[in-house]
Amino acid sequence: MINRREFCKKAMIVAGGVVLPLTLLEVFNPKRLRAERDGQGKIRWVFLVDINKCVGCGFCVKACKIENEVPYDANVTRTWVERYVVTEDGQTFIDSPKGARDGFTTQKIDQAHQGMKEINPEEIGKAFFVPKLCNQCENPACVQVCPVGATYQTQDGIVLVDRSWCIGCGYCVMGCPYGVRFFHPVYHVAEKCNFCYHRISKGMKTACVDACPFGARRIGNIRDPEDPVTKIITSEQVNVLKEEFGTKPQVFYLGLSREVK
Amino acid sequence: MKNHVWRPLYIVIVIVGVILLARTLLVPEDFGIHERGYMYGWHRKSNEAEWKKVRVKYKTAKVCAECHVDEYNYIKASGHASISCENCHGPAYDHPQDPVGLTIDRSRALCIRCHSFMPYKGNIRSSIPGIDPEKHYPQAQCVMCHIPHNPKPMNQKREAKS
Repeated sequence: MINRREFCKKAMIVAGGVVLPLTLLEVFNPKRLRAERDGQGKIRWVFLVDINKCVGCGFCVKACKIENEVPYDANVTRTWVERYVVTEDGQTFIDSPKGARDGFTTQKIDQAHQGMKEINPEEIGKAFFVPKLCNQCENPACVQVCPVGATYQTQDGIVLVDRSWCIGCGYCVMGCPYGVRFFHPVYHVAEKCNFCYHRISKGMKTACVDACPFGARRIGNIRDPEDPVTKIITSEQVNVLKEEFGTKPQVFYLGLSREVK
Repeated sequence: MKNHVWRPLYIVIVIVGVILLARTLLVPEDFGIHERGYMYGWHRKSNEAEWKKVRVKYKTAKVCAECHVDEYNYIKASGHASISCENCHGPAYDHPQDPVGLTIDRSRALCIRCHSFMPYKGNIRSSIPGIDPEKHYPQAQCVMCHIPHNPKPMNQKREAKS
């Protein structure tokens, strides 16, 4: 007759015996060791947005939606432009109608259920347009929360979503501090800006960079010291969004104002 | 040891075995830890290639210039030089094979993306020649009077001046 102590011992040995060989393989997996040694790579994509140059035409948003097959009339977009109007008495009004797909064509500011806000031009202290897109963070919160390994970061720093692997749980949509993720209306999986991965891996620029008539958007490789974007980031006063989250965002802004969230 | 101890243990072992077998069959071979380590690089490697295969729609103005060199040089000498051809002519795809022709956006909505005036001091939007779209010939298309490839006011179409 087996007693309780014996049963527990044997059960632990059996369970340990099943688990141990798998973990042993994991520790000595030569592929993984190699990957960790060579983890650096020659490319790390970064983005530079010059707020002083943006006029809010929205050509970037239009080009992005067409290039990346995001349904044109659905109210979702991988990149968008926000308008900030700060009055002289310190009030800030922000809008981004349709993500600025059609640009900003009226002085009235869309305040959702409060209607269109008209501001007397005399009262405007400052106003500017802020393009937003995925920050391709060095510590992407959206990747950490994915329970199935459907979203991940490539060696060159781009966070991608595996559409055949995503289960649509929405953790990443909630986890992103910048709100860049949404559900794709056709594929019903998480969708996000990937710096036009199909273009940059061919040596092209992103669709939004090519569409911008004012040079407000630029893409570069931070590991290349000769890259003009790298030179600006390392020598000029650039800023990032929500630095306090510790995500190490890789979209840098020139002329960022404190009103921008 | 008696059977009533071993029997449930066998069942557990079989269940674990089935789960492991199902896992090896269902999980693709290239699924695992890649360059970015366990926390950020846990994925199916071949998905990277799938993203790289997405069709390029916007081919950039350089490709336009390969054939339409006159039009290209014409707009490059104008105030609209910095606007990419495809912003108004639409994405090239594989033009001229597919599609044969491009749909040009001649709408008023396109022009006022930049030329609707905004009274924003210090912002370059206010330095772009702008109109109030509700007051400046609201019924007309901009291209009825203005030439998009050569937009200075004195280059307005002759019919518009008379």
